[in-house]
Amino acid sequence: MSEITVPGVAPKGPIGKAVFWARANLFNSWLNTIITLVIIYGVVRLVPPVIQWAFLDSVWSAPDNSVCRAALGACWAFIGVWYRFILFGRFPYDEQWRPLLVCFIFIALLLMSCDRRFWNSWLMLIWVAGTAVIATLMWGGVLGMTFVETDLWNGLPLTLILAVFGLGFAFPLAILLALGRRSHMPAIRALSVGYIEFIRGVPLITVLFMASVMLPLFLPTGTTINKLLRAEVAFILFSAAYLAEVVRGGLQAVPKGQFEAADALGLSYRQKMQKIVLPQALTIAIPPLVNTFIGAFKDTSLVIVIGLFDLLNTANAALNDPAWRGYYVEAYVMISIIYFVFCFFMSRYSQHLEMSFNKGKRR
Amino acid sequence: MTTDAVYKPAETSKVAFYRDPRIRAIFFQVVVVGAVVALAVFLVNNTLVNMARQGIATGFGFLDKESSFAIGESLIAYDPSDTYRRAFVVGLLNTLSVAITGIVFATILGVFVGIARLSTNWLIRKLAQVYVEFLRNIPLLLQLFVWWDLLRVSAPGPRQAWQPLPDVFVSNRGLLYPVPVWTEVHAWMGIASLVGIVGTYILGKWAKARQAQTGQQFPLLKVGLGLILGLPLLVYLAGGAPTELNKPVLSGFNFVGGHGVSPEFAALLIGLSVYTSAYIGEIVRSGIQAVNWGQSEAAAALGLSKARSLRLVVLPQALRVIVPPMTSQYLNITKNSSLAVAIGFPDLVSIGNTSLNQTGQAVEVIAMVMAVYLIISLSISLFMNWYNSAIALQTR
Repeated sequence: MSEITVPGVAPKGPIGKAVFWARANLFNSWLNTIITLVIIYGVVRLVPPVIQWAFLDSVWSAPDNSVCRAALGACWAFIGVWYRFILFGRFPYDEQWRPLLVCFIFIALLLMSCDRRFWNSWLMLIWVAGTAVIATLMWGGVLGMTFVETDLWNGLPLTLILAVFGLGFAFPLAILLALGRRSHMPAIRALSVGYIEFIRGVPLITVLFMASVMLPLFLPTGTTINKLLRAEVAFILFSAAYLAEVVRGGLQAVPKGQFEAADALGLSYRQKMQKIVLPQALTIAIPPLVNTFIGAFKDTSLVIVIGLFDLLNTANAALNDPAWRGYYVEAYVMISIIYFVFCFFMSRYSQHLEMSFNKGKRR
Repeated sequence: MTTDAVYKPAETSKVAFYRDPRIRAIFFQVVVVGAVVALAVFLVNNTLVNMARQGIATGFGFLDKESSFAIGESLIAYDPSDTYRRAFVVGLLNTLSVAITGIVFATILGVFVGIARLSTNWLIRKLAQVYVEFLRNIPLLLQLFVWWDLLRVSAPGPRQAWQPLPDVFVSNRGLLYPVPVWTEVHAWMGIASLVGIVGTYILGKWAKARQAQTGQQFPLLKVGLGLILGLPLLVYLAGGAPTELNKPVLSGFNFVGGHGVSPEFAALLIGLSVYTSAYIGEIVRSGIQAVNWGQSEAAAALGLSKARSLRLVVLPQALRVIVPPMTSQYLNITKNSSLAVAIGFPDLVSIGNTSLNQTGQAVEVIAMVMAVYLIISLSISLFMNWYNSAIALQTR
């Protein structure tokens, strides 16, 4: 809509082009002129103070709080002192290379899974191997690494473990639920619909509370289940319902002829789904699936209510230190950037996939 | 009929009964349902045994006991000597009030964002895009903490309260504003606006019938607004225009009088509305873009003004695309209001959590809270489904 060309008055030179562009995009009506001026006024009023606060008046490193108290700007020294606690929490300080390595393994595995060249059965094996390495690094107890309780798995690794394994285990369950919802067997359909609608009708917090308080009651007397596993179970049960709805959308988008052709070839239900329907349905569903992943990644922050120390809660814990009170903007800016990078990458990736899937359909 | 008989009997009888799809389906369903029931029995049994061992009472008898905890803010009268039942009602009302106001604000804000995303002004288009990307990629809970700290830590104290309008104060005690002192005239104004609404509804029916018969149009919007706003105004003037206000006044270290919202409520409301407005903005944008450009051109060719073409041609079609995803956003606001527990606003989950810790009756409390959310979710879905079918394409 910005490409307005008027024959005969084509602008000349960079300044002419800029003026022409501004007239077409910023001052093309009296309302737009007012909006443009108001926005420019707002930017002029807001941006310099923010720059002043964040860069010019800020304290970048300080041994203690006194320098920051005196300064007018941001106290990035707070991050300098606390970043390792925010990222890794109470994990033994000298061995924090382990969770750091775990984060890199996670990122490498995720990036690999994003590349369509790796979408084959080998990927599954690589994930199993990666999971084994992650578990070894986190728990330790072998190869000279000290054993570390799951209570001390804090910060970014915890967020990634909850999100990645939560979704990884929720996904097969989601496929079963989606198939169940589309099944011709009334009892199976009723169970699937009931489960999906129940979970989607209640907030994640209540599911987390249920897992945290009621799961120990559900199990036979004497069995204990640790906090992290409880949260993970809640997360799996919760995400499965949302993923199931996305998968169902994919199943519904597969043309009916595909089902009929598979039936006509005499394929069994399992073969029909595994070889014909699901590959198509899941491909269609990938972009909305990635959007659900983003939601799930953000939702991991809710484990704070059952007392787990994920990335958000370690930041809150750092903010509670009496010696460094009040630097919440700095701490939240730091973890916002981390969350944003992950989520923004996923959303861009989903858009990219959608484009490449539609390549054949565009003319 | 006779030719059919040739193919049928011999072959079907040869297939073993365990290969018959219908029998297999029944068998499979029995197995799955049996497994689910067995699991349920196992869990319930364990729960009963565990609760008996730990000496936890069962049943909803605790609802009639004294709650003995204070609640920061409440829409109805409540004090710690009231029952758990009343505490739950307080929580439910708080949840509903934040959810409903949140839905209203998020919708208004979201529509602006959606329109801004489609503006011909490059600056506002980009600004709206940054707004959407920024808010959608950061967890809501983190945003709530930021709003809460902004209102709690960075806002000035009551003595240095910020005064955007006369007698409106923003401080770390929340937002305070004056309200008119309640008189009989205000009650009559309420009745007058009700009369106005009913009158407009009847007038609308009559105008529609007349237009169908004679083709004559009636300026319903102007007359309706006149009735709904004008009648109360007349009553107000006739009642002697009482101007006495209940103003918040600084007294010592805090304010007295006026009405207000706490920082917790404000943080939750702002956080929920702003976060959801980014999603609603995208829904509105895609809804408007989904309407074929030819529709606007056709409306223009028929001589409709821009406003009328938007109201009569574009919006009714866009709404069909907008309403279903909007429903899930409204449900999300309601469910996300449960994050109140993290910033100390006494919503249903927060009060449920306190009761749970005091009584230990986890199963009952969590079941109650979940049931309430399910009922709210189902009611919103039902209402929005009804609305959706009301605006859906009428095919004959």
